[in-house]
Amino acid sequence: MTTMSSAEPTRRDFLYIATGTVAAVGAAAVAWPLISQMNPDASTIAAGAPIEVDLGPIAEGQVIKVFWRSKPIFISHRSKKEIDEAKSVNVASLPDPQPDSARVKEGHDQWLVVIGICTHLGCIPIAHQGNYDGWFCPCHGSQYDSSGRIRQGPAPANLVVPPYAFLSDTKIRIG
Amino acid sequence: MSGPSTYQPQNAFLKWFEARLPIIGLVHSSFVAYPTPKNLNYWWTFGGILSFMLGVQIITGIILVMHYTPETTMAFDSVERMMRDVNYGWLLRYLHSNGASMFFVAVYIHMFRGLYYGSYKEPREVLWILGVIIYLLMMATGFLGYTLPWGQMSFWGATVITNFFSAIPIVGESVVTWLWGGYAVGNPTLQRFFSLHYLLPFVIVGVVVLHVWALHVVGQGNPTGVEPKSGQDTVPFTPYATVKDSFMMVVFCIVFAWFVFYVPNYLGHADNYIPANPGVTPPHIVPEWYYLPFYGILRSIPNKLAGVIAMFSSILILVFLPWLDTSKVKSASYRPLYRVFFWIFVAACLGLGYLGSQPPEGGFVIAARILTAYYFIHFIIITPLIGLIETPKPLPNSISESVLKSSGAVAAVLAALVGAAALLMTPSAARAQEGAPEVPIPPRNSWSFAGPFGKFDQQQLQRGFKVYKEVCSTCHGLKFLSFRNLADPGGPGFTVAQAEAIAAGFKVQDGPNDQGEMFERDGRVGDYFPPPTTWKNEAQARQLYNGAVPPDMSVLAKARTYERGFPWFLVDIFSQFQEEGVDYIVALMKGYKDAPPKGFELPPGSVYNEYFPAHAINMPPPLTDGRVEYTDGTQSTVDQQSKDIAAFLAWAAEPHMEVRKRVGFQVMVFLVIFAGLMYFTKKKVWADVHGHA
Repeated sequence: MTTMSSAEPTRRDFLYIATGTVAAVGAAAVAWPLISQMNPDASTIAAGAPIEVDLGPIAEGQVIKVFWRSKPIFISHRSKKEIDEAKSVNVASLPDPQPDSARVKEGHDQWLVVIGICTHLGCIPIAHQGNYDGWFCPCHGSQYDSSGRIRQGPAPANLVVPPYAFLSDTKIRIG
Repeated sequence: MSGPSTYQPQNAFLKWFEARLPIIGLVHSSFVAYPTPKNLNYWWTFGGILSFMLGVQIITGIILVMHYTPETTMAFDSVERMMRDVNYGWLLRYLHSNGASMFFVAVYIHMFRGLYYGSYKEPREVLWILGVIIYLLMMATGFLGYTLPWGQMSFWGATVITNFFSAIPIVGESVVTWLWGGYAVGNPTLQRFFSLHYLLPFVIVGVVVLHVWALHVVGQGNPTGVEPKSGQDTVPFTPYATVKDSFMMVVFCIVFAWFVFYVPNYLGHADNYIPANPGVTPPHIVPEWYYLPFYGILRSIPNKLAGVIAMFSSILILVFLPWLDTSKVKSASYRPLYRVFFWIFVAACLGLGYLGSQPPEGGFVIAARILTAYYFIHFIIITPLIGLIETPKPLPNSISESVLKSSGAVAAVLAALVGAAALLMTPSAARAQEGAPEVPIPPRNSWSFAGPFGKFDQQQLQRGFKVYKEVCSTCHGLKFLSFRNLADPGGPGFTVAQAEAIAAGFKVQDGPNDQGEMFERDGRVGDYFPPPTTWKNEAQARQLYNGAVPPDMSVLAKARTYERGFPWFLVDIFSQFQEEGVDYIVALMKGYKDAPPKGFELPPGSVYNEYFPAHAINMPPPLTDGRVEYTDGTQSTVDQQSKDIAAFLAWAAEPHMEVRKRVGFQVMVFLVIFAGLMYFTKKKVWADVHGHA
């Protein structure tokens, strides 16, 4: 190639830059569908629509498990003892401070609805176990109380409360 | 790769790395500094295009496997769900299926380039044979891949091809049983074909590496057939060949994009949208277009074993070409006699391809036999003979000398594209002759969704849906459609609330409940259309409907076609006509006659229909004037109802059609601009070689 002074951008440079830019845009446009296809598809998203759960059959002291978006959801019909224990704790002393009132719906504090996935590394804690009248995770020993809050063990956060609402006293919609 | 690498890294890390694994130097000497003859024309860009297409197929294929299930009861469904639900699933599927055809277009151009310019001659014999091996692997891969969607053509193509091996004496039947993994093509067959289809492309990659290595050892051929004599004759691969190959790749992508976005099912076969049925063979089994010439050769030999041997021989004979061709001159540019026979050979191949698509009857058989004989005569008699008796034109002394006198290669590019187009016409030629000849061609209707900017008429889709709901759903399922699709963009345009209400109007089976019982509940928007209530299984359907099973309608509009005939099947590729299915459906709905014509024997339990194959259909006329009440003021005639239901089924079969055409337009505009920029870039890069700054 003949030597050229690079003092000024030439038409040749502009052409090369333009072609390179268009090529880069093309590459990005091609890459996007290849990446996007791995996201949840339309049927998975549709299957993740909100579900309704009838609370009537759940006895006091019972914890049931339902699935929403492939995640286990604990629905706990708390006894008076469990409610009192949850409310009487010194919130500031908790590893992840949160009052019980922030984790239940007003007027329905006998119902605790949490995602049943340990916030440590994802195992499902076992109900009615552990020292805090709550859950015990067998994988690494995290212990949750009757409000689903972490009390002891490696988990960093309380069990997550999913979006839900009461449709009536005996029916909730999760999601 | 002749001589040590000239790569001298300046960077300290690169020096350290190069001393331990000289891969950068290898890439540099093979694809940057590599001396390339400077007179290569555009026929030489197809090697790069083939590598590109191999990459496209592997990438789209690996992604498709993320969504595909290789099991007979789930394969067809998994492909359909991918087309509908996976983000850009329709695009990935069409890229892969049309990519296979484009891969073969490129390989045939590449091979015919070799035949014309003597690329197989000394010292490139091993290079050529590696190419034949790659071609055989491509054919195997293409066959295996085509079985995976598990449509009618997949299944029956698999049956026919595996039955080739039964021609082997003594062990033939055992070999076939071993291939099948059963007594017929079935699930074991599908699963192992899936495994092999995933494997072979990587074997192809390996042989391609050998192929490029073999090429680099001896150097590229060139249009004169005179080997490079000095540095004057060559240019470094980068940027010269790189930019020229890239430019042609973009042009190639324009053709590729045309098929993917505008006529994605043109090169395929409508019967493959019918789920595989081991009990019914389609009336005309044809392989994909790229196998048609060999299919033509196979069928022209009346003996089973001889036919199979002839077919395989027609490919294997290529291996011997370096020794069959006695000419000392490589390039047909300087071989006036051979050139004539080259083009006759091309015509013979196209002819065999066309004949492979026709039913093996009458004049077609005679023509196929003549062309088969000619095919072998070309290699065994003509090619050796011409080399001995021909007087070639005087060769230039060097490449540089020939470059000073050369003319442009634009004509060659155009010829290539015309040739490619001709190759791609053969599939519709196949369709053009299908169907019993006495069934008339359905009249052409005008559809709002036809053409590159077509859109569905939402009111029409809503009316069509009403026809489905009130008439067809009694017996026909729509299993790939969900109620939520009714509210999707590009569809009938119901609101989510309306879709929910429609869903609630259907009863859906659910369960088991806590008592262990299955139960019925109102449909929810996320549910799929439930199966018809009139029959529980195929056996019951056959008992109710005189042996017929009402087909599911989800892809019906793509699963039906009719003969287009000459010259329409050529025009269709440019006019983007792909409404054969809906035209057929309308004709069928309106084609009922009260009584069959004189002399026609109507089988008991069936009704005469003008357009149904063999004229006897088990479904009584479903539509009558006023049968479905239209609330938008449209007159509810049979004609209107049939057009509305056909349009609805067109949407049901291709719910993403509007997106496909819109994205297609953007892609085409982009590619044309990009091609223009690449062209001028290429000219600028080559300016000094072409003799002007």
